[in-house]
Amino acid sequence: MLIALALTLVVLAMLSLAAPLLARAALGVRVVYAGTACVSLVFAAGGIAGLVSAAEALALPFGPPWGAMRLALDPLSAWFLLILGLSGIAASAFAFGHVAGTEAPRLLVPYPLFLAGMALTLLAADGFTLVLGFELMSFASWVLVAHEHENAENRRAARLYLGFAALGGAALILCFGLLAAGVYAGAGFAALRAAPPDGLRALAILLLVVIGAGSKAGLVPLHVWLPLAHPAAPSHVGALMSAAMTKAALYVLARVIFDLAGPAQPLFWGAVLMVLGLASAIMGALRAALEEDTKTLLACSTIENIGLITLGLGLALAFRAADLGALAAVAAGAALLHALNHAMFKTLLFLGAGEVLYGTASRRMDRLGGLIKAMPWTAGLVLLGAAAAAALPPLSGFASEWLLLQALIAAWRVGDLAFQIGAAAATALAALAVALAATAMLRFYGLVFLGRPRSPRAAGATEISGVARGALILPAALTVMFGLTPGFLLELAAPALRLLTGAGAGLSALGGVTMTVSEGGAGYAPMIVFGLLLLLGGGVAWFARRQAPGIVRGPAWDCGFIAPPHHLPFGDPATQVSAAGMAQPLRRMLGKTLLAAREKVEVPPPGDTEPARLQAGFHDPVLALIAGPLPRARDRLTVLAERLRDFSLRQCLGLGFTVLLALMALLILLERP
Amino acid sequence: MSILTGLVTQLLHLALILALAPVLTGCVRWLKARLMGRRGPHPLQPWRDLLKLVKKRPVLAENASIISRAAPYVAVGVALLAAALVPSFARGMLLAPFADLLLIAGLLALGRFAMALAGMDVGTSFGGLGATREMAFAALAEPALVLAALIFAILAGTTHLDVIIGIFQEGALGLRVSLGFAAVALLAVAVAENARIPVDNPATHLELTMVHEAMILEASGRHLALWDFQASFRLTLWLALLAAVFLPFGMAAPGAGPVAWVLGLGVFIAKMAALAFALAVFESAIAKMRLFRVPEFLGAALLLGLLGAVFLFVSTGLS
Repeated sequence: MLIALALTLVVLAMLSLAAPLLARAALGVRVVYAGTACVSLVFAAGGIAGLVSAAEALALPFGPPWGAMRLALDPLSAWFLLILGLSGIAASAFAFGHVAGTEAPRLLVPYPLFLAGMALTLLAADGFTLVLGFELMSFASWVLVAHEHENAENRRAARLYLGFAALGGAALILCFGLLAAGVYAGAGFAALRAAPPDGLRALAILLLVVIGAGSKAGLVPLHVWLPLAHPAAPSHVGALMSAAMTKAALYVLARVIFDLAGPAQPLFWGAVLMVLGLASAIMGALRAALEEDTKTLLACSTIENIGLITLGLGLALAFRAADLGALAAVAAGAALLHALNHAMFKTLLFLGAGEVLYGTASRRMDRLGGLIKAMPWTAGLVLLGAAAAAALPPLSGFASEWLLLQALIAAWRVGDLAFQIGAAAATALAALAVALAATAMLRFYGLVFLGRPRSPRAAGATEISGVARGALILPAALTVMFGLTPGFLLELAAPALRLLTGAGAGLSALGGVTMTVSEGGAGYAPMIVFGLLLLLGGGVAWFARRQAPGIVRGPAWDCGFIAPPHHLPFGDPATQVSAAGMAQPLRRMLGKTLLAAREKVEVPPPGDTEPARLQAGFHDPVLALIAGPLPRARDRLTVLAERLRDFSLRQCLGLGFTVLLALMALLILLERP
Repeated sequence: MSILTGLVTQLLHLALILALAPVLTGCVRWLKARLMGRRGPHPLQPWRDLLKLVKKRPVLAENASIISRAAPYVAVGVALLAAALVPSFARGMLLAPFADLLLIAGLLALGRFAMALAGMDVGTSFGGLGATREMAFAALAEPALVLAALIFAILAGTTHLDVIIGIFQEGALGLRVSLGFAAVALLAVAVAENARIPVDNPATHLELTMVHEAMILEASGRHLALWDFQASFRLTLWLALLAAVFLPFGMAAPGAGPVAWVLGLGVFIAKMAALAFALAVFESAIAKMRLFRVPEFLGAALLLGLLGAVFLFVSTGLS
C-alpha cells in the first residue's frame, strides 16, 4: 500500500507540472480535479488499509546528503490519511463541479501540491521529509490564499499567513533538530524513538512543537491568521485547509509529543495542551458567535474544534502520565473521533458556504437569508452539518463531544488536587464552548437559510446540481453515518489509540453499538437513540396529523404588524434580525471581557430626521497585539540596527572581536564535561 | 423476566408522563393563581386546550418552509424521549441503560435548536430575538448542568442516571455539601430551561420581555399544541429529574413487583405535587429579572457547580 501511496505523490507532482498547460481548457482543468479526487480516494483507501493491516515502512532511493528519505504508514498516520482522503474527495469533486472554462494557473498548479504536501507530512518517517511536506503544504496553501491578490484584504491575509507559516516552519525545523541531537543526523523516527529527550531539551521540544504545529492548527494565541486566510482561499481550498490541513498539524503535534518524545511525559505537558485547547475552544466559539461573514464564522468554528481536539489530546497525555491507560484511550479516542467528525462536517459546511457564495455572490450574512427556498438541497445538507457542529444527537459531533466530556468527567482520577480542580473547570469551559458553538451554528443557519431574503441577490439565488451536489452529499452522508457508528469507528481507530496511549487492554470496553467509557459505565448507543426518536416523533406526527389533515397558508402573524409595501416584496430587511443583532446577547455577556467588544448607539436629538445608528464590533486581542506593539518593537529594533552603519572602523572591528570571544566562551561553556 | 418488567414499567412510565405533563402545567398555573388571590383555571385546562388545538389545522405563514412544519415533531419526539429516560416511579426501566445525563442534555439541546430554527423560519423580528436569547442563556445553563453531572459522576462513578439514583437511594453517601451546591445549580438550570420566572415569564405575551413564547408566535393549530406539549414534557422531565436525584426514596427497585410500583407511583405524585407547589410559591414570590441580569443568575449557578466539585475534591481527598 505504501508504494501505491508514494506513487500517488508522484502523480500529484506530475499533475501540478502539467497544470499550466491543462489550465488552458475546461477539459484540462477537469482532468486535474478528477485526478486529485482519484488520488484522494487512494489516500482514503490507504488510510483504511493502514488501520487494519500492519505498519509499513519504505526508504526512498533518494534524499538529502545525510541519508535516504523515509516513508511509513502506521495506524496514526493512517487515521489522519483517511481524514485527508475523505475531505480531498469532496473538495476536489466540488471544484470539478464548478469548472467553468479555463482557470488561472496560479489556482490550478498549487492545488495538487497542497494535497501532496499534506500527504507527505502524514507519511513521513524522518524529520527532513516531515518538514519538507509541512513546508510544501504551507507554501502551496499560501499561493492559494493569495490567489485573489487584487483584493487588499486577501493580500493582508496572505501576508499574515506567510508570517505564521514561516514561524511555524522555523520552530519545527528546530524541533526536529533538537529531537535528532544525540542521534545521527539522518535518523528516522525509529531511531528518534529509541533516544527520547529529557530535561531542558524535552521542554524546548514541547515549546517548539506547540509553536510549529500550533501555529498551523490555529491554537490560541497563534490563531489570528486562520479566520483571515481560510475565507480568502477558494471554497474547496478553504474546506481542505479547515478540515485537513489543521488536522495534519495536529498529527505532527501528536506524533512528536506522544510518540517521538518517548512514553513518559510529566503531567504538566498534558495540562499545557489542555489550557491551549480550552483557550482556543472558547475563543473560537465566541468569535464564531459574533462574526458576520459566513466563511469567517466557519473558520472560527474550526479554531473551536481544533481546541476541543487538543483538549482531548492533552487529557490523554495527562492520563498516560498518571498511568491510567484505559482513560487515556478514551480521551485520545475522543480526540481522534472528533478530528474525523470535524473534518467531515466542516468540509460540508465550507462547501455549502461556497455554494451560497456561487449562488448569491455574497458571504455577508446580512445580505443573505431565506435560501432554503431557492437552494433546498444545499439548505438540507448544510443543516446536517450545522446540527453536527452544534453537537446535537444523533449526529457525529455529539458522539465525539460526548466521549470528550466523559473523559473530562473522569479526569478527577488523576490524583493531583490542582489538576482535579483544573479539570472540573475545564469540563465547564468545554461545555460552554460546545453550547457557544450551537449558538454560532444556529446563527449561521438561521441568517443564511431561514427567514426572508435580505437582498435581491439572495432572493434570486440558484441551486446546484450534478457533481457539486454530490460533493456535498458525500460529507453529509458520512456525518450521519459516523454519528450513528462511533463505536465501530473507535474499533477501527484502536491500533492508533494503542500507539498513542500504549494501552493494550481497556480498549475493548469502547466500541460496538453502544459506545462505553468503561466496563459498566455510561454508554451511548446512537442507533437506538435515533430509532427511538424516529419512533416517537413519527408516532406523534402520525397521531397529530390524523386529527386534522392539511395546513392553511396565510400572511405572517408577526404580532399584528402590517404587511410590507409593494416595493418591498420580501418585507423590509431591517425588520428581521440581523447578524449584529443576533450576536448582541453574547457580545454583552462574554464579548466585553474576552474580545473587548463595544456597542455604541447614536440617537439623533429630538426633531432630527436622521436615523439612530448602532455601532458594534470587537477585537481579537492577539490581532491587536500583532498590529500594535509588535510592529512598534520592530521599528525600534530597526532604528537600533541602523546605528551600526555609523560605526567607525575601530568600533566595527571591536564588535566582531567581541562576538568571536562571546561565541568561544559559549563553546567552552557547552563543551564543559 | 426483568426485560418484561422493564418493558412494562417503561410503557407505564411513558403513559404516566403523557397523561401527567399537561396536568402538572395546569397545577402550577392553578396554584400560582390561588397564591395571587385569583380563582385560576382548572388544572385540567391545559388538557382541554391541547385537545381543542390538536384538532385545528395550522395556519402557516406564506414564506414558512419545511422547518416550521417539521420542528414541532422533532421537539416533541426529543422531549418525549428525554422524559422517557428519567425514571418516575420505578428504576430499571427498559431504556434505563441509555439514560445518560449527557445524552439527556444533548436531547434537550436538540429540542432547543429545533425550536430556535422554527423561531427564525418565517423571518419575523420577535422570532429571531427569542431564538438568540434562548441560545445565549442555554450557553450558560449547559455548563452548569454538565458540572452537576460531574459531581454526580464523582460520587456515583458514572453519569448513568439509573446508577446514580440507585446509589443515592442506598443513602450510603449521606448528606453532602457538594450535593447541596449541585441541587441549587440544577434548580437554576431547570428554571432557565423551562422559561420560568425569574428568567422568563411563561404567561406573558409582552414582546420585549419574552424569550420562549417569542419563538412560537407563528405557531397555530396542532403545531401550537405540540409546542405546548413539549414545554409540559420538559417541565415534567426537570421536576422528575430533581425528584429522582435529590429525593430518591420510595422508588421501586429494578425487578420489583406491581405493589412496589403502586407505592412508587403514590410517592412520585406526592413529590411532583410538592415540587409544583414549591415552584408556584417561588414564582409568586419573585419578580422577573432584567434580561441582562440572567447571565449573572446562570453564572452564579455555574460557579456553585464548580464550587461543589472543588468542595468534593478538597473534602474527600480523592487523591
